[in-house]
Amino acid sequence: MDNILNQIGIENYIFLSVILFCIGVFGVLYRRNAIVVFMSIEIMLNAINLLFAAFSTYHQDAQGQIFVFFSMAVAAAEVAIGLAILVSIFRNMGTIDVGNLKNLKG
Amino acid sequence: MIQIPDIANATPIQILFCVLSVITLATAFLTIYSKKPMHNAIYLVICFTSISGHYLLLNAQFLALVNLIVYIGAIMILMLFTIMLMNLNKENEVHKPRITRLGAIVVFCLMCLVLIAMFMNSKPIADGSYDVTGEDYQSIQVLGKLLLNEYMVPFEFASVLLLVAMIGAVLLSKKEKIEK
Repeated sequence: MDNILNQIGIENYIFLSVILFCIGVFGVLYRRNAIVVFMSIEIMLNAINLLFAAFSTYHQDAQGQIFVFFSMAVAAAEVAIGLAILVSIFRNMGTIDVGNLKNLKG
Repeated sequence: MIQIPDIANATPIQILFCVLSVITLATAFLTIYSKKPMHNAIYLVICFTSISGHYLLLNAQFLALVNLIVYIGAIMILMLFTIMLMNLNKENEVHKPRITRLGAIVVFCLMCLVLIAMFMNSKPIADGSYDVTGEDYQSIQVLGKLLLNEYMVPFEFASVLLLVAMIGAVLLSKKEKIEK
């Protein structure tokens, strides 16, 4: 079995993950819609997962993939709780614009 | 350093990698740029599918399937339901002030520059060639054994975490009774 990294190279996976992560950061900073902010966080998590999988192949070790499973479980829990909080915010304030959530501002 | 791949002599796998990368990055960007939340969700689904394609390219079949099932089957459906529940599919979102948006773009460029420059100068352990031990390390059998022997405790705690998350989500989204 030929290693895929012989043909593509680990650097390309690193650069892809870095750019994907930066796009996620950009989305968190750029948008006001809380759901889109959530999606950006998912993009960031996926960038890290991709890097984990690439390095799992690089080291010929399954532990990287195990970490991806755990990060997926945490992401699923995070999204469930986050969306419940968003629904509750929407019910109380009628908007999910993150700029309007300043009740705690002194 | 980056080796510029020879486009004329690119192998099919390299072409596949380039196409998948372009799809991933373009749809990730469109997820953020598009105005309607429903379109954002659809673009994000395409992005996750292409990341599954990357996993298949790395020969991690189980990971690709789990990514499809968990991210597209569970998380994105949850998001789509929330978008439909809130009836957000309109374009009256107020933009952030211009200085904040400019700052976001500057942060994006700087972060890309710094991280890429950092990784360009880092030296790989194996230079050039990656030797294959021939050992099976990413089939479902190996993953399952590892998960249930070495990572038994985190595995069980993940189930507790999911249970707590489920109870919390139900409690949070339940309508509160009006106190008298």
